[in-house]
This record gives sequence, C-alpha cells and structure tokens, in this order.
Amino acid sequence: MRISTFGYSMRQGVKNIGRNKMFSIASIATMAACIFVFGVFFAMVLNVNFMVKKAEEGVAFTVFFKQDTTKATKDEIGTELKQLDGVLSVKYVSPEEALKNFENYFDGDKQLMEGFKDDNPLAYSDNYEVYLKDVSKQAKLVSSAEALNGVREVRHSDVVAKTLTKVNKLLGIASAIVIAILLAVSIFLISNTVTMGINIRREEIAIMKYIGAKDSFVRAPFVLEGVLIGVIGAIIPLAILYVMYNRAIHYVMSKFALLNNIMEFLPVHKVYATLLPLGLILGIGIGFVGSFLTIRKHLRV
Amino acid sequence: MIELKDVTKEYTKGIHALNHINLKIEKGEFVFVVGDSGSGKSTLIRLIMKELDPTSGTIMVNGKNLGRLKHRQIPMYRRGLGVVFQDFRLLKDRNIYDNIAFALRVTEKPTRLIKIKVPAALSLVGLAQKYKSYPQELSGGEQQRVAIARAIVNEPSILLADEPTGNLDPTNSWEIMKLLEEANERGTTVVVVTHNQDIVNQMRKRVVHMKKGNIVSDEKGAGYIHED
Repeated sequence: MRISTFGYSMRQGVKNIGRNKMFSIASIATMAACIFVFGVFFAMVLNVNFMVKKAEEGVAFTVFFKQDTTKATKDEIGTELKQLDGVLSVKYVSPEEALKNFENYFDGDKQLMEGFKDDNPLAYSDNYEVYLKDVSKQAKLVSSAEALNGVREVRHSDVVAKTLTKVNKLLGIASAIVIAILLAVSIFLISNTVTMGINIRREEIAIMKYIGAKDSFVRAPFVLEGVLIGVIGAIIPLAILYVMYNRAIHYVMSKFALLNNIMEFLPVHKVYATLLPLGLILGIGIGFVGSFLTIRKHLRV
Repeated sequence: MIELKDVTKEYTKGIHALNHINLKIEKGEFVFVVGDSGSGKSTLIRLIMKELDPTSGTIMVNGKNLGRLKHRQIPMYRRGLGVVFQDFRLLKDRNIYDNIAFALRVTEKPTRLIKIKVPAALSLVGLAQKYKSYPQELSGGEQQRVAIARAIVNEPSILLADEPTGNLDPTNSWEIMKLLEEANERGTTVVVVTHNQDIVNQMRKRVVHMKKGNIVSDEKGAGYIHED
C-alpha cells in the first residue's frame, strides 16, 4: 500500500469515527473500561507476585543443635548445609544474637528484657538460618538438614509464601474472567460501530467497487477506525491509571500503616514497563479483531 | 473487445433476464443498447462489469474470460472500464475535485499524478472552474459531466453508460452524448444503454435492440425501433 493511500485510508478512518460519534464514543468508553479493569488487575497481580517473591526471599528454615554439640561439629554442619543444592546462604545466629532478635521482636521492651539480663534463656538456641534459592525445594532440604549429625530440630514455615501464591492465583482467575467479559463486550461494540460506518458509506463502497478498488483498499479505513478506537480506548485508562497508581499506594499505606512492614509495592515505572505495551497491544488487538471480523462479514466486496 | 457467447442470465429459475445472447462489440465502437424496461439492457451492463455472473455462456472482455476471473482479479479488470449511471452516483460530502480524485485514489495512483489528471479530466468535460463545488450545487447535466470525468480519468478502454441522460433535459442530454462521442473518438469503446429515441435516431450509431431478454435487432446506423 502506498503512503498516500495509507494516509487517505487513515483520514477516512478518522472521518468514520466522526460520522457516527455516539457509537464511537460508546466503543471507546467500553474499551477504556475494559483496559482500565485489566490495568487494575494486572497491577494487583504484578504487585502480589512481587510480594510473593520478596516473601520467598525471606523464607528460611532454622537448624538447632543437640545440647553439648561442639563448635567443631557446628562448623561441620554449617559447611554441609552450604553444600546442599538449593541453598542460597547460611547464617550462624549466636545465643546473644538470638536474644537480641527476641528483644527486637518485643520492640525493645527494656523492662521485659531486664529479667533476662544475666540469664539468657536462649543459651542453647544458637542456630543456622538457612536461606533458599527456590522455596519449592524447602521440604527436601529440610529432611536433608534433619539427617545431619548433631542436628536436634529443623523449624520451617512457608505460610506467607503459600498464602500469597494462593491470593495471586485467585486474582489471576478473577481478572481473567472479568477481562474476558469486557473483551467480548468491546469487540461487540466495535463491531456495531463499524457496521454503522459500513451502512453510512454503502454508496461510497459501491462506487469504489465499480471503479476497481481492491478489497484491502475498501476495508482499510474500517480496520483503521477500529484500531484508532482501540488506541484511544487504551491511552485514556492507561493515563488515568498512571496518575491513580501512586495515589492508591499512598492511600493504602497511610490508611493501613500496619501493612508497611509486610507490604512493598512496585514503583509505577516498573508496572508500566509491561502494562503500557500490553495495554496498547490489547487495545489495538481488540480494535483490529472487532473491525476485521465485521467487515469480513458485512463487506462482501 | 466485448464478446458474449450464448449468455443466459436467470434471476429466478425459469425466468430469463437474458436468453442465449450472442453479441460482439469491436474495439473503438459506439453502441446503443435500447429496449423497454425489463428487456435485459441493464443486466447486460452488469454482466460486463462482472457485478453479476451469467447462468450459462461465456463473456470475453479484452481477451479475458470473465467466468475465469478470480475474485482478487476483479478490481484490476474493472480499472479497464469506466461506468456512468443515470443517478450520477457522486459522493455528496466531497467536492468535484475530490470526487474525480477518488477514482484515482481507489486505484492507488500517486498524488502527483492525481494533481495532473483531475484538472485535465475536468477541462475535458468543461467544468474546470467548478472544481471546488459540491455535487448538490451543480445542475443534473453538470453532475453527469462530473460522473463522466470520473469514468474517463483512469483512461479506460471501455465506457459503459447506463441511461446517462435518463434524468436530464434535452440540452443537457446532448451535451452528455457529445462527451461520450468525444471519448469514443479518442479510441474508447462506448456502450450506452438508453431510452432516448431522439438521440439514438440522430446519432446513427450501431443499435442493439433488446426485448424480453433477447436481441431482436442489431444494426449499424439504425434508428430507435418502436415496439408497438
């Protein structure tokens, strides 16, 4: 297709939008709603994923020693733990550090800690904190650690990671359903808009055919109309979401200050690195599919 | 140039719009096709345009068998034809210049060529001054002249005119026929479907007379035959 022909088709596509304003606005609005909901769910899924990853990074199991285990044995256990496949790092926590962690847990309650001043209740609770590369290997690594000589107990918990993964799955399913419904509505409305355009321009199309226009020439303005509706319908919600994202996070953090410690949100530019192209592709895709299918059905050129 | 061999067209089974027609039109001819409503004149034009396919028989145009043309080849075939209708079929939302340019844009001609060819076509039909006007601002005769300019701007080898003077007064009708004759003098084969007896009688061209789907006479230099 020549550049001038493309320009002509483009102008006609824009004119079509103007010719049936109401349908075009309805299509753009539905498309915008669809991509807005998509964007909200996408940002949520992305953030929950991010939190799961963070939580996974923090997941560790703790290896406690039998009483009277010598330092040499403890060192040996440390070396063997490091050599296990799937272990990211191993950190020795001395009884003093264990007590300090305990103190931190109670937010530095001096009075409470005063009682333990000379008598460390965690004297035999020195341990290795074992961090994992992959949380799914946790069970296997725990049993390997339990089998080591001098090991009394291995404690582990993966509740946080598992819960977040579940939430993420549910969010994924819910968003897929909502988006599928909105996609169908968007395609239907774009199809109606293009059908209106075809009806308005029936005479022009007939003349085109007499003169010898190729199918692609007749169809191009309608496809471009659909794609344009898609692009506009994508840009509007993406812009709104961009502004809203930071505000929403700020609101959540200020309203639920408790969450500050366990929640960390992705910065907007990281979300938009994927959401922007994805949203645009979605808009263009819906516009293209909706209009292309319609003209194939209505325009037997 | 145009040859119909044993062509039959049935819209509903058993009712022949065209009945085993044989017709040959040579390159550069000017032919009137006359006959009452329902005689099959317009069907003939639509078959040549490949808007319709015959029920049986063969149509050859410029050496091409229309029955063997694939769907995607039809646009290229139609670019070799110019078509003029009784109701002009101009685009009301575009001015005269754009209406004619439209025919060139559709065939994907470059803009620089459009800028040369449109004024030339408008000059040929005597409307160079009115290129900015919209169809509704022109008289019927002028609108038909624009339609002719649009039909000839692609320099087709065949010009098909379906009742081109049907909506016009005698003066304008003669002007239109003069333009068609000029196109014919430039080498274009012209086929005119008409009811206009005066024009047929005075121009003394080849006249193909149709009745109920049959060709009842085909004579050069003939006049309009009354059917009563």
